[in-house]
Order: sequence, then C-alpha cells, then structure tokens
Amino acid sequence: MKRREKLYNRRQTTLFFLAAAIFVLAAVTVSGILVEERAAATDFSRTNLAPGIPYLFGTDWMGRDMFLRTLSGLSLSIRIGVLTAAVSAVTALCLGTAAAVFGSRVDAAVSWVIDLVMGIPHILLVMLISIACGRGFVGVVAGVSLSHWPSLARVVRTEVLQIKSAPYVLAAEKLGVSRLQIVRRHMIPHLFPQFLTGTILLFPHAILHEASVTFLGFGLSSEQPAIGVILSESMQYLTTGRWWLALFPGLALVFVVVLFAMLGERVRKLLDPASVHE
Amino acid sequence: MKHRLKFTGKKLIRIGILLLGVSLVTFLLMCASPLDPLQTNVGQVALGSMSAEQVERLEAYWGVDTPPVQRYLGWLSGVLQGDFGTSLLYRQPVMTVIGERLGNSFLLLLAAWMISGVLGMALGVTAGAFRGKWPDKLIRGYCIVISSTPAFWLAILLLMIFSVWLGWLPVGLSVPAGMAAEAVSAADRLRHAILPALTLSITGVANIALHTREKMIDVMESDYVLFARARGESELSVVLRHGLRNVSLPAITLQFASVSEIIGGSVLVEQVFSYPGLGQAAVTAGLGSDLPLLLGITVITAAIVFAGNLIADLLYGVVDPRIRRGTARE
Repeated sequence: MKRREKLYNRRQTTLFFLAAAIFVLAAVTVSGILVEERAAATDFSRTNLAPGIPYLFGTDWMGRDMFLRTLSGLSLSIRIGVLTAAVSAVTALCLGTAAAVFGSRVDAAVSWVIDLVMGIPHILLVMLISIACGRGFVGVVAGVSLSHWPSLARVVRTEVLQIKSAPYVLAAEKLGVSRLQIVRRHMIPHLFPQFLTGTILLFPHAILHEASVTFLGFGLSSEQPAIGVILSESMQYLTTGRWWLALFPGLALVFVVVLFAMLGERVRKLLDPASVHE
Repeated sequence: MKHRLKFTGKKLIRIGILLLGVSLVTFLLMCASPLDPLQTNVGQVALGSMSAEQVERLEAYWGVDTPPVQRYLGWLSGVLQGDFGTSLLYRQPVMTVIGERLGNSFLLLLAAWMISGVLGMALGVTAGAFRGKWPDKLIRGYCIVISSTPAFWLAILLLMIFSVWLGWLPVGLSVPAGMAAEAVSAADRLRHAILPALTLSITGVANIALHTREKMIDVMESDYVLFARARGESELSVVLRHGLRNVSLPAITLQFASVSEIIGGSVLVEQVFSYPGLGQAAVTAGLGSDLPLLLGITVITAAIVFAGNLIADLLYGVVDPRIRRGTARE
C-alpha cells in the first residue's frame, strides 16, 4: 500500500488554520472600518449594476458599491459580535461560578434565572431588551449580550461543581493551600479551555442574532452599514430580479460565521487533552 | 404512579412561577423603553395638530398615564380571570388575535418540528455511525454551514429561487391575495405554507443532527458496542439495536428543546414571507409598542416552551427503564 508522507501533523495544520482564520477576520474588520465612508457614497450614474468588474457585488438603486457596503457591514457585525460575546462570557463566568460556590440558595436563584431566560425564544428576548433600550446600537448590544449567557453559565456551573469535589482539590485544601491558590492553580487551568471554546462559539450566535434583529427593524438604524439593514432593503427589490442585493451580502455573512464556528472547533480540539495529539 | 404525579405537580408549580417571572420581566422591559407609543403610532405631526383633550384620551388608550405597578397588577388580575386584555393595534382581545395567529402558524410549526426532528435524528445517527468517512463529512459540512446561515436569508434565497425565478410557489401570505376567505381551499393554504415550513425545517435539522451525532459517537465507542461487535453482530444491527435506543433519550430532549428555536425562527421566516402568523404579530406588536399583545405572545410562547420541556421530562420515564425503576424505588 502506498502511503503519502504527511508534511505537517494535525496540530501544525490546525495552528496554521487558526492563524489564517484570525488573519482573515482581522483583515475584514479593519478594511471594513477603512472603507466605511466610501461604502456610503452614492453615485446615481451607476445605479443597479449587475455584479462584474469593477463592482464585484454589483451596485444598488442609489449607486452604492455593494462590495464595500458588505465589507463594512461585516466589520460592524464582527465588532458587535466580539463585544457581545465578551459581555455574555463574563456574565456567564460570574453567574456560573457564583451558583457553584455560594451555596444552594444562590444556586437555586441562578438556575431559576437561567430557566427563565431560556424559556423565552431568543429572538423574542433580544427584541424585548432592544425595545427597552430604545433600539439602535445600544439596544442590539444589550439585547444580544444579555440573552446569550445562560448556556455557557450552565457549563461553567457544572464544571466548577465537579472540580470543587475533585480529589486533588480536596487534597490541596487538606494540605492547607490557600483558597486563592486553589482557584489560581487548580480551578482556572481546568476551566479555561472549556470557557474559551464556549466564548468563541458564542460569536456565531451573537452575529446571527444581531443581523436577525436588525433585519426585523429592532436593531441598527438604516443609515448604518449593517448586513441586516442591507438584506431587509434587498427584500423590496426581490421581485424585480435584483438577486445580487441579497445573495452576496448573505453569502459573505455565512462565510464569516462559518469561519468563527470552525475556529471554535479547532481551538477545542487543540485544548482538549483527549484530542490534542490526534 | 403517585411519584409521577408528585413530580408533575412540582414541575407545574415551577412553570407557573417561571411564567409569572416571564410576564414581569417582559412588562418591566416594555415599561423601561424610552420609545413613546404615541410618537411611534400616531406620529409627531399628528400629535402636534391635536387638542390637549385628544392627546389625553390617546394617552389613556395607550396606558401611558397609568403608573406601571397599577398596570401590571391590573393585567395580572385580568389574566387570572382568563382575560389577557385588548390589543391596542388590532383593537381585538389579545386572546382572539393570538388564537387566530397561532392557528395560522400551527401547521407551519408542527410540520417544521416533525421534519427537522426526524430528519435531524436520521442524519445524526448516520453521521455518527460513519464517523470520519464521507457520509459523516458531508452531513457535518451541511450542518455547520446551515447553522451559520441566518434563517431569514435562507428564506429570501428560497423565495428568490422558487417564487421569483421558477414561479412554482406563491411569493407570500397564507392565502391568495384578493380572495374571499370562504373561497380559499386547503390546497391553497398548503401551497403557501410550503416555503416557510421548508425554511424552518432546513435550519432546524442542523442543530439536532450535530448533537445526535455527538451522542452516537459516544455510544459507538462504548464497551457494549465493542462487545456486540466481538460477538459478531453486523454493523447495521449494532446501529439499530444499540445505537438508536441509546440515542433516543437525548434525542427526545433535543426534540422538545428545539420548540423554542423553531418559534424563534418562525418570527423571522414569517416576516420574510409576510405570513400572518404569531411571529409576525410579535414583530408588529414590538414595532408598534403594543404592550398587551407582546406580553400575551411572550407568555404564551414561554408556556409552550415550558410545556415542551415538561413533556420531555415525562417521556424520559416512559422511554428509559432505568429512570422508570429509579422513580419506583424512591
């Protein structure tokens, strides 16, 4: 049997993929900020052009370059995604740890809140919080970050509960290791990989919900170059056959979200001791 | 049996308290909103041209002048008597609006729920059984892409392909436009529900399939499967006799937990297809600050989600003999 010699092992290719994905995402974010002004520029001499050269994604009814609009929309989405995922993750960490550490009363209260938040369909809750904050940028960020923490909080709670009664932690306590030391040397290293992957995997949800809520009209205002705004505008031109207005921005969004999802998967594989040497 | 009843009773009380919490949270969020319902619905210009008396009457109609605590208690006492109030935008009792909208959505939700559940489990089991081979890669790729796709964009794509290009299916609404309600046939309704239901099913499959796959892989690596293989059981029989049975338990939880996601997805999909269902009513109520209607919709959907979780918990005992015996011994 012929065996192909592998140039790089799984770990190396994964690391390479990670670097490439982060590079692409960073490039999209930065270039999106840079072209924001040019993306909003209207030019009525070039309205409704089908995709081609030089307008890769075509132009809309106001002659705006769809490629640049998509780019700045993605950039905004990624920035909102990073912000909301960070807020959600911190909330999840605090509440999950509190539930596990501060006894049964706090645990019951936190679990109740988790059940409550999980009971309302995500999109409805994001809508409600966004309304409470008066819609707009603040509304979206608050809505998405306040509705995405429960699942991660559950994971954190279970993990902390498990470590708390793990033999090595009990032994450390008996040996007189200080609490802070136990948390720093035993708990955080155990919790960190799970927490990190959980956080990265929050991005896709956060970005999708941001786009959805904006699409419904509860999020970013129509002047902002958001993917949700672009897609909801494109709805009006569907029946007239301007397919490029909806197709490319959506495709680009899917690409970014898939990249984030794969990033999370790879990080998990790298950090998980069971699969790190595969 | 007595234990089962006690268990159900406890759960029901918990659900009741949770629903109270849901209504309170929703109410507080709506009250905290800086958006003035008069401004959004009547408009600045119209308000300016009205007399003070008219504005006052409008304020009373939208409940702006009543203190929040009094409003909430009033609403709560009404609900306990079965009255969810009157929708401010539709000018009908909230329950009538929700009943009618839910009736429209029900077909959609049920179809999507069944299709995504059955298909998701089938795909997940297949992927898990063929771990690392091409069917697994194919299914996994599909699931990752679909779960990264916004439901509303998928809806737009399907609308573009099947309604605009091919012209096979209608563009929107739940019945043909400009037709008397009596003249609408069941076939018409079905034709209008195909695309929304398809969108919801396609997106619903991904999550269920991915989770089922994980469980299936766990099962296939277990000692009892190793033993079954050593006994010379065929791969098919291993999957059918050991895989399916052990996967069915988490699959039930997933299936009932997906209720929330499908309702959430229906909000978006109904908006794209302008399908007059519950989700669309929620968006309308939200944009128009129709507090009673939005409150009603949130509480009802939360009740449906909690009911789904309860059913899953109860079914556990029916499906899993270990849990059944466990409760009997207690």
